[in-house]
Amino acid sequence: MADDSVNLGRRRFLTATTAVVGGAGALVAAVPFIKGWNPSAKAKLAGAPITVDISKIRPGEQLQYEWRGQPIVIISRTPEALAALPTVEDKLRDPGSENLDQQPSYANNIHRSIRPEILVLVGICTHLGCAPKFYPELEPQPFDSEWKGGFFCPCHKSKFDFAGRVYQGVPAPTNLVVPPHRFIDDGTIEIGVDPQGAA
Amino acid sequence: MANVLTRTANNVATWVNDRVPGMMPFYRKHLTEYYAPKNFNLWYYFGSLAMIVLVNQIVTGIWLTMNYKPSAAEAFASVEYIMRDVEWGWLIRYMHSTGASAFFIVVYLHMFRGLMYGSYQKPRELVWILGMLIYLVLMAEAFLGYVLPWGQMSFWGAKVIINLFGAIPWIGGALTEWIMGDYLPSDITLNRFFALHVIALPLVLLLLVVLHLGALHEVGSNNPDGVDIKKGPKGNRWSPTAPADGIPFHPYYTVKDMVGLGFFLMICAFIIFFEPTVGGWFLEHDNYVEANRLVTPELIKPVWYYTPYYAMLRVVPHKLSGVLIMFGAIAVLFLVPWLDRSPVRSHRYKGWLTKVMLGLLAVCFIWLGKIGAGPGTDPVETIIGRVLTFLYFMFFITMPIWTRLDRTRPVPERVTTHD
Repeated sequence: MADDSVNLGRRRFLTATTAVVGGAGALVAAVPFIKGWNPSAKAKLAGAPITVDISKIRPGEQLQYEWRGQPIVIISRTPEALAALPTVEDKLRDPGSENLDQQPSYANNIHRSIRPEILVLVGICTHLGCAPKFYPELEPQPFDSEWKGGFFCPCHKSKFDFAGRVYQGVPAPTNLVVPPHRFIDDGTIEIGVDPQGAA
Repeated sequence: MANVLTRTANNVATWVNDRVPGMMPFYRKHLTEYYAPKNFNLWYYFGSLAMIVLVNQIVTGIWLTMNYKPSAAEAFASVEYIMRDVEWGWLIRYMHSTGASAFFIVVYLHMFRGLMYGSYQKPRELVWILGMLIYLVLMAEAFLGYVLPWGQMSFWGAKVIINLFGAIPWIGGALTEWIMGDYLPSDITLNRFFALHVIALPLVLLLLVVLHLGALHEVGSNNPDGVDIKKGPKGNRWSPTAPADGIPFHPYYTVKDMVGLGFFLMICAFIIFFEPTVGGWFLEHDNYVEANRLVTPELIKPVWYYTPYYAMLRVVPHKLSGVLIMFGAIAVLFLVPWLDRSPVRSHRYKGWLTKVMLGLLAVCFIWLGKIGAGPGTDPVETIIGRVLTFLYFMFFITMPIWTRLDRTRPVPERVTTHD
């Protein structure tokens, strides 16, 4: 030891730089542990589009498929059901589908679909992710004496009309989601992709 | 011969003591020379019972992992396999499932004890905070464990709870995908929940229990009179410097707790052997149907120990507010040591106002629990639920006021049952 006096300034500098470099290292080392929780390549692949045959659906019926592990509900609406859509609008939270996250632009209309009678929905309640049940009859139900058809969630009693639009005074905050979809031909829908030319 | 044995035992003890000199002082500090107030009553059983239940959960849990398969394809069948084909598997599983509910029963009673006797007041704020953290981790642990059998309620319960995080603005959607590792609760989710349930959270829980006890033994236990025995006269049969109203935890309270444990185990054994589902309260009927992501059960509700908070979530007609109120109901409990402005600890020396408010809190909590466990279709019940939620929060928000208004009586210098 040629010089045993302590250089406090240098000691503080070294402590600070060690702490900063070490802290940065710890942050970077945390990345794999956090990213490791993201959907894996396999899980992402399972999210590929599906093609479904709707040629045999009749008015008032519903078809269920699975896409990305979510129930996809396709319903065919009768003329009466379509006619009932404007009559419930004053009871809805977002009758004009102004929340643009809930449907693609090509389904942003009163019937929330490409073809008026065929409605494609993600059958997951926008409240907490339960599966709403389809009640197609336009007649009084235990949960609504003026029921005009639509969906009712058994978990927390949210109600949606025949276009998947949410009623007021229920816990679900938004309309049911219309997934990206397109008609390949009259009887075939592909779910998971937008129509050509549509954004 | 006996001489040789004694000598050998002594030699071994000396050998160990030389190498771990801190062991015997540790034993004395926490057991034989930990002087607890001599007036503990029935309410003081629940802390030690919670520890026993924790041990039960760890031991039975380890045995369950020996036959359980943490994959969506096999989990449900492996639980049935444990129940039907593994020798005594049904007993191990029922001990675990009954233990889960028993854990919450004793923890809720333990917490209410703290509220009644002001055990959170200075200098025990940290004991209360650590206890609340245990409660929080316990709720997460129970939720993760509930998902593992992969029944209908496991799946849909998980979906509802995970989607609570989706209500957070901006990051909600990405956060739920991150938690699940998928777009819905799946094999991936189940696998990671298994890892968290059997390794991560038990480690955290054990650490917190050590800290909870460490913090308690530093400041000493409170008692039903709320008397500070460390400030009272000194000197008892064991030590001239120890509090006069203190008795050694071991053997006095270890023996007392064993009596309580005996009664507790009788009740648990009755449940395990005769009514393990407790009519759908401890084990829900819908969970004996394998998870089906396309079919929602008619009634989705969590297990009873979450239902008070679940009721709050459900009666609020706005998603984000409901979630905030639900978590706020738990968060507000952390603040109790600073909300209570009363100069005395125990309700015994507080006035009628405190008793009424504590009773009100208990009524709110239990009634909300009943509402949360029901179908939630009755609009009158929704109104009642809103009133009860309001009163629950009012208990805490107005606590600084009513604890100051309430007329208190002087606290005696020594516990009421001394000598």
